[in-house]
Amino acid sequence: MTQLQARGVVRAYGPTPALRGVTLDVAEGEIVAVTGPSGCGKSTLLHCLAGILRPDAGEVTWRGHRIDTWSEAARSRLRRTEFGVLFQFGQLVAELTAAENVALPLLLAGTGRREARTAALTWLERFGVADLADLRPGEMSGGQQQRCATARALVTEPWVLFADEPTGALDTLTGEQVLTQLVRLAREQRTAVVLVTHEPRIAAYADREIVLRDGLVDHTGLGLDVPLAGGAR
Amino acid sequence: MSTPHVLLGLLAGGSRHGYELKRAHDQRLPRARPLAFGQVYATLGRLERDGLVATAGQDRASGPDRTAYELTGEGRATLDRWLSAVEPPMPYVASTLFAKVVVALLVADVDRARSYLVAQRAAHTARLRELTAVKADPAATLSDVVAADFAIAHLDADLRWLHTTLGRVADWHREVHP
Ligand SMILES: Nc1ncnc2c1ncn2[C@@H]1O[C@H](COP(=O)(O)OP(=O)(O)OP(=O)(O)O)[C@@H](O)[C@H]1O
Ligand SMILES: [Mg+2]
Repeated sequence: MTQLQARGVVRAYGPTPALRGVTLDVAEGEIVAVTGPSGCGKSTLLHCLAGILRPDAGEVTWRGHRIDTWSEAARSRLRRTEFGVLFQFGQLVAELTAAENVALPLLLAGTGRREARTAALTWLERFGVADLADLRPGEMSGGQQQRCATARALVTEPWVLFADEPTGALDTLTGEQVLTQLVRLAREQRTAVVLVTHEPRIAAYADREIVLRDGLVDHTGLGLDVPLAGGAR
Repeated sequence: MSTPHVLLGLLAGGSRHGYELKRAHDQRLPRARPLAFGQVYATLGRLERDGLVATAGQDRASGPDRTAYELTGEGRATLDRWLSAVEPPMPYVASTLFAKVVVALLVADVDRARSYLVAQRAAHTARLRELTAVKADPAATLSDVVAADFAIAHLDADLRWLHTTLGRVADWHREVHP
């Protein structure tokens, strides 16, 4: 079932067009990679889908409701309750410990302190950083912070996780461990993921890949049926 | 790939029958080109002729599958030398993929070369996804993961090359057909 839809989404920054009419669907629990060269509009599309940016034209609908026309307050509530967002550099709150950072989305949603802390510790454990629970971001490596940020993005068990180059700042092995775990947990709890990346090997974790080029979906990007030479593999 | 050296390596821990070698090979090198039984016995025959392995135990008369083999001193030394030498890092650009793009540019136009690159990229991407699924399977062993990693890293490198070359193909064509 389609949960999230974009229809002819157009967005410019002043005179610079970033999206020139993008249409796509994301089904419940589906993992979709959005790829394409630098500047093709991936981040802009993610922000429009997540209700962070408003398109200049076109529509974004969430379970049949048009959300691009909603007020900032309503969209921000939607992001808090139904969505999770994860960027390249975790963006943890510097003054809070790892456990407090991960508990924060639950506290904002009205969960009690003790319950939120317990859930935070469980999620830190799932990303292998439970021992860092009482450290602040400044006391952690970039990779450790990113694991905490990933835990924070999933702790509310959102319907959709929007992830923009979530492993872009990590070394190959660390990035892979974080991503494997993210994808595994997302599949377990049926969280859909919109995964922005310019790396083919990261996109390969998704169920489907959408290639953008100059602000449009590039139909020559993928999916051609071609014979394999010699039939060999 | 160096099948004789791999077989020597698999014999380093003690004598084995041909079918045991075949099984160990398939387990340790899960994504290698398939190794036929006949190839195992033919290779063992050559290694024996060269004095690198010797028959151990069972008598020859009862057939090759009843015969166990073991490393000789010379075999162990050969294995050591092989392990101590580094492989020459890409001494030649010997890739059919590369050659095909060059020939496409020579005999056809930019569009032909470009559509070949796009099709090859799609095939590489599909294979990359298959191997990623193998690797992400919770039941995968580390042998599976390491073999898939190797293939993924090479596909990834090819994909980068396909991608940058797509961006260069028009200029390249002008250089080839001035
Ligand atoms: N805040 C901004 N102000 C002005 N122009 C912007 C802004 N953000 C993005 N752009 C422009 O919009 C276009 C699309 O940018 P976007 O960030 O969506 O690309 P991207 O695909 O995410 O690139 P990258 O892979 O480099 O992150 C680019 O031409 C970019 O220069
Ligand atoms: Mg971006």
